[in-house]
This record gives sequence, structure tokens and C-alpha cells, in this order.
Amino acid sequence: MTARLQARNLSCERDGRMLFRDLDLAIGPGELVRIEGPNGSGKTTLLKILSGQLGDYEGDLYWGDAPLSRVRDAFLSNLVYLGHATGIKTALTALENLAWYQALAGETGSEAARLAALREVGLAGFEDLPVAQLSAGQQRRVALARLELTPRPLWVLDEPFTAIDKAGVMALEQRLHDHVARGGSVLLTTHHDLAAQGTLRRIRLGGGGEHAQL
Amino acid sequence: MWAFIHKFGSPKWFYGISARLLPWCWFLAVALILVGSIWGLAFAPADYQQGDSFRIIYVHVPAAFLAQSIFVSMAVAALVFMVWKIKVADMAAAVMAPLGAAMTFVALFTGSVWGMPTWGTWWIWDARLTSMLILLFLYVGVIALRGAFTSRDSGARAASVLSMVGVINIPVIKYSVDWWYTLHQPATFSIASRPSMPVEMWWPLLLMVLGFYAFFIAITLMRTRNEILRREAGKHWVRELAAGDA
Amino acid sequence: MPSSDTESLRGVEPVEPSGGLGVAMAATLKRDLTLAARRRSDIMNPLAFFALVITLFPLGISPQPALLATIAPGLLWVAALLATLLSLEALFRADYEDGCLEQLLLAPQPLPALVLGKVCVHWLMTGLPLALMAPLLGLLLALPAESYLVLSLSLALGSVSLSLIGAIGAALTVGLSRGGVLLSLLVLPLNIPVLIFGTGAVQAAIIGDPVGPHLAILGALCCAALMMAPFAIAASLRISING
Repeated sequence: MTARLQARNLSCERDGRMLFRDLDLAIGPGELVRIEGPNGSGKTTLLKILSGQLGDYEGDLYWGDAPLSRVRDAFLSNLVYLGHATGIKTALTALENLAWYQALAGETGSEAARLAALREVGLAGFEDLPVAQLSAGQQRRVALARLELTPRPLWVLDEPFTAIDKAGVMALEQRLHDHVARGGSVLLTTHHDLAAQGTLRRIRLGGGGEHAQL
Repeated sequence: MWAFIHKFGSPKWFYGISARLLPWCWFLAVALILVGSIWGLAFAPADYQQGDSFRIIYVHVPAAFLAQSIFVSMAVAALVFMVWKIKVADMAAAVMAPLGAAMTFVALFTGSVWGMPTWGTWWIWDARLTSMLILLFLYVGVIALRGAFTSRDSGARAASVLSMVGVINIPVIKYSVDWWYTLHQPATFSIASRPSMPVEMWWPLLLMVLGFYAFFIAITLMRTRNEILRREAGKHWVRELAAGDA
Repeated sequence: MPSSDTESLRGVEPVEPSGGLGVAMAATLKRDLTLAARRRSDIMNPLAFFALVITLFPLGISPQPALLATIAPGLLWVAALLATLLSLEALFRADYEDGCLEQLLLAPQPLPALVLGKVCVHWLMTGLPLALMAPLLGLLLALPAESYLVLSLSLALGSVSLSLIGAIGAALTVGLSRGGVLLSLLVLPLNIPVLIFGTGAVQAAIIGDPVGPHLAILGALCCAALMMAPFAIAASLRISING
């Protein structure tokens, strides 16, 4: 099975407003796709549909060769999705948060792996503090540590650069390119300009259901 | 089968077919209710115990029937909407809820009016009236939930789940209220568990019940058509329709 | 530097679902219990509310023990039901706001099982303490001593259903900014059967009737709720997450 996500003839209408129409999109190993568009053009909605969270669309989604709805668990086992909200509990420590995410994937995981993942995102020394005591950027780094901790081929990232400092942005960008270079796939929205390395495809959503492959 | 379901699901098709059905439903409803009420109010014999006050059953019983049937129809429509994503089913469910609530209210009101000559009080915690009151709350919940969402699509789905949960619970609620009522020493006379009713009283009641059902179908068809026009206002065929009329 | 081929492909090769539902459920239970332990006021508030409401009744009605004893089963049950309801609003709220709910829905695990874990913690943190506290308040209402055990048992059993049914309402309203009153409107009518058989059990214990049938029906309601509610909760959460 190939780790390839495909959307055919995807249309989404929400409350009478057409967000996009007849969108064809495929993302496979070694590809980085960036969704662009003004606020309210449906970028987040598209990411949610493509990550299997939203059901009200027309068209077909495929994971590998099978319809996504039929191989949902296999698809979700290969996906990391990071949304606007970090998905991090502020009353828990960074380690506790990561342990829960490992367990959700069905792994017991090891403390050493969690510590290594936190070190990787520059949070060494903050492992045992309640996340509430960390800054917004650091909280987002805890969420980004999941990319290291639970390795998955497909990353779907909604504005991953929010609240991160300059050094962090560069490190994350490098991390994305490394992932793609090794054969992973990244689908993201961002207002940040990605340095063009390797294959970067862009899809621009506009108002009124129009879209363009750039 | 699939083709049929999807054809039925198309608002345009539904709009066309309902236009042909609607006059017949209205005709049936008016005729049955007219005949039934004249027969029931003027010609059926008076009750030997309650005199003329029993005649309120010609409104109370059909309203109570409808109150329950509409909830079930609403849940069925919700199921169709959730399983096959047929939007017309949700539009029908949306227009059924207020009608069902109104029918429940009518049943409660007539029951209470009937209670005055029978029990000497406007309200008694009779098993049927209590169940009816709870049903009214269930309707209010479904209507309020649908209205609370800013996104119409999410509101529709939430209301669908609630109607299905409600319809599973209705028999449980009914059974437990009946049980509660027998436990707490019921009044000697209950509205519906009466000795057998003479045939002359039965026929008009049957006509009224059928008439109310025809009325329910007619109203639902009519309001669903309005809902289709409202929600599909931007669609091509609706614009053509409007242009044709103008 | 990656040392071998398998190592270099780690993280980019497609993986099969690894199962591990047990691990995921245990971790969810542990996480919610930890969270509850760090916010103890969330456990204390429903209990304080319960005690306060019970205090209001003698003040509002009459302090006569005979009168209070007759209405005590109903009062205790209604107050416990309202206390449960109050705590339900928070069941999914925090997870919704910080994005954990979104991630829970994306876990490669059956969602009904995961939410069952969350509801289980809710019961442990509200239903069970309320059931244990109820005899104490029964004492204040001059409830006959022979019914204390049945009161606790019926509340412990009934509050499982209350948590499960209530969680459906909480899941439906979690995306709404002011869901509190609506939540009560949705959930209270559905809780009526539990209330009827719960108070029925306590009343039967007071007059010396067998309480077995009442508790059996409460148990049946609880089983039915356990079987069906998780699916309704999961479906409702999927709707709410789309706001």
C-alpha cells in the first residue's frame, strides 16, 4: 500500500456557500502541498475534510487504493493532524500530554522517547512543568513534539508556525523538508513564506468556489 | 432502489411530485374533518356518564395520536437524513417539529378542558397527560437545539441525533410513567381506558383521526415545499421557476 | 545519522493500525483522573450544590420531620439529578476548547469506547460521591434509617445512566457558547424514567416492600444506556466539532 491521499471532484458547500468545487488533489510520498487563500476561503475546512474529520462534502477521498471511509483506521494510523488549537492540556505536564498521544495511537511508548522528542523541539528542562506555565510558543512546541514522537508518513498541519519564534520557525521548516526528503508527505496552510526547497505544490482557494493549482 | 432513493432525495423532484399530491391531501383533510366533526358534534349520541362533554375526544384523541406519530415520523426522517444524506428529509423533519409541538399542546389543552367537568380540576397528574407533557418538552428540546446552532447543517444533524435518541426513549418514558401512576393510587377514572365505546361514537372518531393525518401530511408537504424554496433559493431551477412565474 | 534502511524509513512508511484499544482507554482514564485530581473544586462543587439544595427544602416547606420524611426520597433524587446535570456541562468543554477533542476524534481507535472512558471518570467523580453523600443528607430530612442503603445503591446505579444520557446532551451542546440551559432542556426529560424508578426504590424500602424489582429495572436502564449512549455521544461529538 502506498501512503497516498487522493481527493477527486471534491466540492464543499456550507450553509449555502460554495467553498470549493471539483477540486482534484493528490499527495503522495515526497510531496509538500500548501493550501493558500484569503481568510474564510475554506482552507481549514479543506484540511478537516482531507483528514477525515468532516463528512459534509461531495466527491471521493481515497487512501492508497481504497475509499477513505473504508480504511479509516488505517488512514488515521498514518496521520498526524495539528489544528489551530494545540490539543495540549495545560493542567498536565508536557510528558503527560505526550504519553496520552502515544497511548491514543495504541502504543505504550517509553519515557526516553518522550524526553528525546521534547529535547528535539527545544524543551529540555521543561518536561515536568504543567504546560500552563509555558509560553504560547512553547505550548505549540509541545504539540510539535508529536511529529517526532509518533512517526507518521502524512502530516496535515493547519498554521503550524503560529506563535513560534524565528529560530523555531527555521527548525520546523527544516523538519518539514527533511520529512518530505525522506519520503513523507506534508499538507499545510500557512501565511509564512516557505523557502522553496524540493517539490512544493500550491493550491489557491478563492471565493465563490474557484481554485487554482499553482 | 438506490436510484429511487436519490431521485426522491432531489429537492426538485420532490417539489414537482408534491405539487400534484398536495391538492388531494388538502381535499381529504377538509372533507374528513368536516364530516367527522359534524357527525361527532351533532349526530353521535351523548355519553351516558359525561353527557356532551365527552365530545371533546373528537379533537383530543386525534391530536394525541398525531403528537406521537409526528415524533416518530420526525425520527424516521432524521434517520433517512443521517444515513442517506437526503436533505429533503431534514427539511421535512424541521417543519414537522413545530407542528408536533402544536399538536401536543392541543392534546394537553383539550385534555385539561375535558378534565374540568370530569375531575372537577384543570389538571391532574394522569398518566397520559403526564406523558404528553414530557413529550412536549422533548419537542421543545429538538426545536431549541436546531435553533441554537449558527450553522444550519450542524443544527440539522444535532436535531436528528436528538430526535432518534428521543424516539428510543419515548416507550421507556411512557412505560415508567404508567408504572409510576399505578403506584400512586390513580383516580378512579382515566381518560382513555374506558369501557367499550358504542359504534355510533366510533365512526366519527375514526374519520377525525384520518382527517387529522391527512391534514398533517398536507401541512408537512406544503411547508417542506416552502423550506425547499428557501434553502435552494440560489439554485438554478428555483431561479428558473421564479422567472417563469413572474 | 540513520544506521539502517528500516531506521531511515521509520516515520515515512505506511503503518498498519496497531490496535491497542486497551492502552488508549487506560490512558484516557488515567489522564482524566489526573486532571480531576488537579482540579478538586470540580469534584467538590456538585457535592456542595447537592447539600445546599437539600438545605433549602426544609426552609422553603416546613421543618416537620414527618412531612420531610415523606418527600425525602424525591427531594434527594431530584437534587442529585440536578447536581449531576450541573457538572455535565464541563464534561467535554475543556477538551473542545483546547483541541484535545479534535485529536480524540482523530485517534485510530473506536470513538464510542474512548468516550465511554471519559463518562466513566465523570461517574466516578460525581455520581459515586453523590451516592455516598446522600445518606448524610437523608439524615437531615429525617429519612427512615432502613432506606439508607437502598438510597445509596439506587443513586450509584441510576447515576450511571444519568451520566451516560447527560453526556449525549453535553456532546450535542459543547460547540454552543451558551449551552447550559439548553443542556438541561435536552437531558431532563430523558432522565425521567431513572428518576421514577430511583425514587420508587427508596419509597419501597421505606414502606418495607421488596426493592429488588426497582433496582433490577434501574440496572436494565443502565445496561441499555451503556449499550446505546456511547454511539450517540460519539455521533454528537462529530457533529459538534464541525460547529
